[in-house]
Amino acid sequence: MRDARVVRSRTSVIERFRRIVAYRELLVGMTRKELKIKYKNSILGFAWSLLNPLLYLVVFYVAFVKILGSGVPEFPIFLLSGLLVWNLFSTALGAATSSVVANAGLVKKVSFPREILPLAAVGSMLVHFFLQSMVLFAVIAILLRPVAWEYLALLPLALVALLLLTGALGILLSATNVYLRDTQHFVELALLAWFWVTPIVYGYMTIGRRSGWFAKAYMLNPVTPIVLIFQRTIYAKLDNTRVPVGAVGREILPHWPMTGYLAYLGYSFVFGAVMLAVAIAVFGRSEANFAEEL
Amino acid sequence: MSPAAIEIRHVSKHFRLYHEHYSSLKERMIHFGRIPFEDFIALDDIDVEVEEGSTVGILGHNGSGKSTLLKCVAGILQPNQGEIVTRGRLAALLELGAGFHPELTGRENIFMNASILGLSKRDINSVFDEIVAFAELEKFIDMQVRHYSSGMYIRLGFAVAVNVDPDILLVDEVLSVGDEAFQRKCLERVKRFQREGRTILFVTHAPDLIRRICDRGIVLDHGEMIADTLPGEAVRTFRETLQRSGLADPTIEAVEAAAEAAGSGAPHTTHGRKMAASATHKVKITNVTIEHPGTLDGHTWLLPNEAMTIRVGYRASEPTDDLLFGIAIHDQEGNSIFGTNTKIADVAVPVADGDGQVTFDFEHIPLLDGTYLVTLAIQSTDEGTVYDWSDQQYQFEVMNPARTAGLVALPVQVRFDMPYAHRVEGSGS
Repeated sequence: MRDARVVRSRTSVIERFRRIVAYRELLVGMTRKELKIKYKNSILGFAWSLLNPLLYLVVFYVAFVKILGSGVPEFPIFLLSGLLVWNLFSTALGAATSSVVANAGLVKKVSFPREILPLAAVGSMLVHFFLQSMVLFAVIAILLRPVAWEYLALLPLALVALLLLTGALGILLSATNVYLRDTQHFVELALLAWFWVTPIVYGYMTIGRRSGWFAKAYMLNPVTPIVLIFQRTIYAKLDNTRVPVGAVGREILPHWPMTGYLAYLGYSFVFGAVMLAVAIAVFGRSEANFAEEL
Repeated sequence: MSPAAIEIRHVSKHFRLYHEHYSSLKERMIHFGRIPFEDFIALDDIDVEVEEGSTVGILGHNGSGKSTLLKCVAGILQPNQGEIVTRGRLAALLELGAGFHPELTGRENIFMNASILGLSKRDINSVFDEIVAFAELEKFIDMQVRHYSSGMYIRLGFAVAVNVDPDILLVDEVLSVGDEAFQRKCLERVKRFQREGRTILFVTHAPDLIRRICDRGIVLDHGEMIADTLPGEAVRTFRETLQRSGLADPTIEAVEAAAEAAGSGAPHTTHGRKMAASATHKVKITNVTIEHPGTLDGHTWLLPNEAMTIRVGYRASEPTDDLLFGIAIHDQEGNSIFGTNTKIADVAVPVADGDGQVTFDFEHIPLLDGTYLVTLAIQSTDEGTVYDWSDQQYQFEVMNPARTAGLVALPVQVRFDMPYAHRVEGSGS
């Protein structure tokens, strides 16, 4: 008996999720396609993706260390360990948002779970992330700089949480973008604001040591735990030892035990999982007319 | 009995037709809650089953919902109500192309497309050469698809769809594009699929195709299914809906457009135009009526071998002698099928003065399915002066309820000779 496929107006979130999983091979193929297209007509190819964080590094180094006089020691390592995470998040979200519209030709002609498109956008950015990480690890290796080995096992976990979060938001925004084309621009702006409320160019403790509503609201950012784990592992410096104990700028990363970091990461997981269910539900409802809207 | 390959159960599809399309946030905010739209019913409670191994054609005029139905079956659109169950691998060819990415090469697109259709890398490798050969794109396969001509694009799409071993093939109008040789190749492949017991569902404008290759025809009209029957019946119903809604047979439109586009390429039309332009109108055709059993029932088609009468009324502005009345019948491509005149028929022509009428009585029209065009002419007997020339202005249609193919209804009896039967019997002993 051949397997039957049913097309109807509503499919449950679980059913949709199962279809996405069934098409995982296509996800890999699509990811490869995304990468190919991106570098089709460029000479430098993948080198661009390495150049980008280096450029950021130079700009932020000048701005924060030379102009603002940031006291974070070994600022480049600190910055890169958070910036790579952020780059993955922001570029993947941007690419995912426009993915359905960009692949209109495919959406109008062939049937497959359309969630694959934003997910493939995230997948291609993940490849970039690994390339960029290699640069960072190479620098660390050359400098023989110690990392927090005991936290190394948390990195994959944090990465999974980040992918879950990015994938979920990407699915949601890609559907919205079909109906409201300025979602793309909105996302760009939102990402700019989001960047500054994530501890990337400044230490978490700059805000974390304060009390009050802002510090509490600040903690709700689901990207923060992921960035913190990367910084805790790779940067691994909790304090700026040149500043006296108790003074402003002494603490950089929170003095939590590993379980504290894990618990905070749990929040990102829950946030991402709920978001994913919502995103697939919204996507499923709006997908019915994609082919007509595009 | 095995379950149907495609089950369409009470499927309805609505679209909101916006008079203005607002797709930016600002526009949506400004017009929030009062964006005018019409609820357009594209499909209204369609219920169809397609058995495994059968070929079903969907006929309908533009906007009847036939492409929407096909897209729903393909899973590209989702119905608002009802559900569609398909069993087996499904390959769809919708309108132009099959969803290729312009930046990728033909090779990359084949892999991409085939993997969406559910083929593993190894499967694709094994059919890759066949796809390329079928599409006749050996030289261009590593070129970006955006440099392809539309013909190459379509060939590649069709080649992928038929070579991925689908159980169900959905085709939308694709057979009517591409050059003739490729069309023939496609049709051969479709027929091979039929022999192999695959299921085919296709949408077409060409009634002839339905009769030639389908087991069943479905007719859609404004989203409603008005017929699900034998191909010949379906074609007739389709023609009736066209007439009711005052639409011309799309095949004629297409032919006219093609003739227009061809310009001087169609010698007969040029000749006709020249003749019509040189007419002096001393004797003018005033009215033409075509009568056959069909016109009595109120439709424009007749059955093969039915009788037909063409009456041509004319008016002479002054008494005119030495007249010749001619008639010619052409098929849709402008090929001459029949022509005669009063001189050939050896009929004495009265002197024209004022109104007159000439009647052409055809005992029977031994033509098969199609639309035929009538040219009428009034000339001097030496054909030196054209008084009036009506070039392919009138038409009649023949509707063939049987499945015989071609242009002419040749009477034929098929039999087996007895000696052959004896030989078969005798071989056993």
